[in-house]
Amino acid sequence: MMGSENQGFEEAHLYASKEEMENLVLDEPLNDNKSHSNYRSALSSLADTHHPLSPPVAATPADSDPLLAPPSYSDFGNPSIHDNSYLDPPSYADVTFSPFDGDTGNDINGIESPSKSSDNSGSLSRSPSSSSEYIKITVSNPQKEQETSNSLVPGGNTYVTYLITTRTNIPEFGASEFSVRRRFRDIVTLSDRLAESYRGYFVPPRPDKNVVESQVMQKQEFVEQRRVALEKYLRRLADHPVIRKSDELKVFLQVQGKLPLPTSTDVASRMLDGAAKLPKQLFGESAVAPHEIVQPAKGGRDLLRLFKELRQSMANDWGGSKPPVVEEDKEFLERKEKMHELEQQLSNASQQAESLVKAQQDMGETMGELGLAFIKLTKFENEEAMFNSQRVRAADMKGLATAAVKASRFYRELNAQTVKHLDTFHEYLGLMLSVNGAFSDRSSALLTVQTLISELDSLHSRAEKLESASSKIFGGDKSRIHKLEELKETIRVTEDAKNVAIREYERIKENNRSELERLDAERKSDFLNMLKGFVLNQVGYAEKIANVWTKVAEETSGYVRESS
Amino acid sequence: MEPQQRSVSGSSQSPRSPSSQPFLSVSVTDPVKLGNGVQAYISYRVITKTNFPEYQGPEKIVIRRYSDFVWLRDRLFEKYKGIFIPPLPEKSAVEKFRFSAEFIEMRRQALDIFVNRIASHQELQQSEDLRTFLQADEEMMERLRSHETGIFKKKPADLMQIFKDVQSRVSDVVLGKEKPVEESNPEYEKLKNYVFELENHLAEAQKHAYRLVKRHRELGQSLSDFGKAAKLLGACEGNALGKAFSELGAKSETLSIKLQKEAHQLLMSFEEPLKDYVRAVQSIKATIAERANAFRQQCELAETIKLKEINLDKLMLTRSDKVGEAEIEYKELKAASEEATNRFETIVRLMNEEIVRFQEQKTVDMGIAFHEFAKGQARLANGIADAWRSLLPKLEVCSS
Repeated sequence: MMGSENQGFEEAHLYASKEEMENLVLDEPLNDNKSHSNYRSALSSLADTHHPLSPPVAATPADSDPLLAPPSYSDFGNPSIHDNSYLDPPSYADVTFSPFDGDTGNDINGIESPSKSSDNSGSLSRSPSSSSEYIKITVSNPQKEQETSNSLVPGGNTYVTYLITTRTNIPEFGASEFSVRRRFRDIVTLSDRLAESYRGYFVPPRPDKNVVESQVMQKQEFVEQRRVALEKYLRRLADHPVIRKSDELKVFLQVQGKLPLPTSTDVASRMLDGAAKLPKQLFGESAVAPHEIVQPAKGGRDLLRLFKELRQSMANDWGGSKPPVVEEDKEFLERKEKMHELEQQLSNASQQAESLVKAQQDMGETMGELGLAFIKLTKFENEEAMFNSQRVRAADMKGLATAAVKASRFYRELNAQTVKHLDTFHEYLGLMLSVNGAFSDRSSALLTVQTLISELDSLHSRAEKLESASSKIFGGDKSRIHKLEELKETIRVTEDAKNVAIREYERIKENNRSELERLDAERKSDFLNMLKGFVLNQVGYAEKIANVWTKVAEETSGYVRESS
Repeated sequence: MEPQQRSVSGSSQSPRSPSSQPFLSVSVTDPVKLGNGVQAYISYRVITKTNFPEYQGPEKIVIRRYSDFVWLRDRLFEKYKGIFIPPLPEKSAVEKFRFSAEFIEMRRQALDIFVNRIASHQELQQSEDLRTFLQADEEMMERLRSHETGIFKKKPADLMQIFKDVQSRVSDVVLGKEKPVEESNPEYEKLKNYVFELENHLAEAQKHAYRLVKRHRELGQSLSDFGKAAKLLGACEGNALGKAFSELGAKSETLSIKLQKEAHQLLMSFEEPLKDYVRAVQSIKATIAERANAFRQQCELAETIKLKEINLDKLMLTRSDKVGEAEIEYKELKAASEEATNRFETIVRLMNEEIVRFQEQKTVDMGIAFHEFAKGQARLANGIADAWRSLLPKLEVCSS
């Protein structure tokens, strides 16, 4: 015990300037939906410069690096755990968790991640559906660039670009490693295009736009936060079995120079487009191109369609008659309900996880402070000792203090791991956004179908009226016949559009279904891994802490007399 | 967990067994809340078992309240200058209103320790006031208690002033002296500095110990909340995953209970002894103040005597008829001076013995406290490890 003479004092110095730990800076919630600010600041405060822990993690909930997720249970380097040896409890003392990503240099206690070399995917720990395919995306090297084109503001507009590096063995990419520079605007474009192309899929939500002043935009912290967010987003995209193969993503990752995807910001021209079309639409003359049916009605472009769909949805809600096609899939409705419920419970669980993490952190801190106080006492008693009993007491105190400081360190390490494990709650909470998106894709597709069917009904009844009216006139009614022919043409086109819409709706339904299946399977796997990881972690560190205190209890056992 | 403070002067034996070993054993038990509202107070049963001849009988039970203990402490402080009188728990007007079970238990424990320390102290155990405290009936005690408040109770302001005098070399305004009269004893100086600094260090340690208790409670609470959330999630998920969450939630709640238990243990077996240590040091400071007083008195008298001597000589020379008077006065002063010197020297002697005893006692007290603390933490950590470990096979089942 006395051997660790200096260790206690060294450790004391480690915590000497722990004000950083104590001043938890609470970031304002950047995500309007969920504010995990406390949790996130707990995360960032864990980035203690004294410890080689993970780098400061950003404050948005969508940001936890999937690569930092705990390795799956089967990925353990420690063979004894594979052997299911609960008869002979393995010492978890040697088990420490490190993130997969060796690139970001995340090593806990200098112990290398057991799966660093396996490098099977840039995703959550479960192995991807296709055996050995992988895409690993890294976002780095933010740089300021100047807007070259005409800018109204003198001095020009500066923006930040990020270097996006991809490593893959998927043949469709045509290369195994490549990089591009992209700006945040490009991410928005990518995200919008994906949303259009992959309706019904659980498309991961992109990082928020964060409308802030340009000054803040350029601040180091903000840029870093954004970099992390982007990396996380792209990795999630690469993780999705369907989206990872998409043209949009490929183009985004590979094509040098300007991103060759249509942007969403062309509002002005769309408005004009819509305005020009509007009179035609109002008079029922314009043909609605079938492929445009595939997209949900957007403002500016499809005003008339919007009106009609709105009317339809109101009729659905308030009208007496049943809409022509309803969501009949009971199973789907049940699952939707369940997803909603799940979202609530996840939110609750993730909040409680935050509190738990905070409580563990506080415990560690206070334990450390107690240890420090006793170290000071030890020094004091030793210096001022006039009696041997003081020296004995000082030695006892030293033992206690050293143990307390050690325990404190274990608590903090435990917590760093706990944060990563329980982060899975946050992850899935973020995923719920994409689930909701996919469900609303389905709703809007259904609405389109319903609208078209109603439209057809009214067209048919108009046609009937015209027919019966013109048949009453002997010899026929030239103008009415002409109108009838036009109407029949419109009916044909609308019929086509309806068929396209139905096909689209069915397609989306199928996407929903397969995605839900995928979600269920992956969720089960991820959460079970999380639970195992969390529990193993707790066990490991509890054992370590117990050892530390058992030693002190033994050393002081001489003081306990038999009770009278 | 009863601290091992129930030390007796001899072996503890039942009063009936024939024994030549003198013993005095006291216990403070059965706190009962009496009275209403602001007037509410706690009464305790004080049970004495002894074979001391001065006592009325082998066993006596009386009812006492906190202010009775205060009376005893004050009397001892007056009579036994130089001895470190065992400290009492704080008055705490605020907590009194809540009278939580924990507070009551802490106080009872502290009072029990207080009386036992007196009973096991070689000199203090002979005290007549102690005998009164342990044996007098309630009415007598009440009379004594209220009688003393005026005379013996020191006003906090006075006490503070005395401390200030000892701590800093500020001139003693009360006595109207310009230069403070202090011992010039380097070893004693060292002791005084030690005592004052020790209090600061201990207070800090105690503060953190108290916070640690709170942390245990908070962690327990968050585990409980987390457990509930996990259970709800489990119910929502259903199937194997749901079961896993439910199991986790249940374990979490179990651990929450363990943490609350340990928090209580920590409070009673670790934080309280530290607080007690702080109080003990404060009691020493009071003794230091007394010593300073005694020293000052001795010096004053010595000065006065010198003046009287000169005066007396003068009178003798002039063959004044005031000589007789002056001689008597001088003799009286001489006697008083001797008394003052005795008093002071007694204090010095006693303090020297006391400080040795104090250091030894504190090493034992702290040793026990550390042991309990470490034992408790080990017990908690092992409990946590066991609980989580038992969950692992269940999780295994869920994933297959």
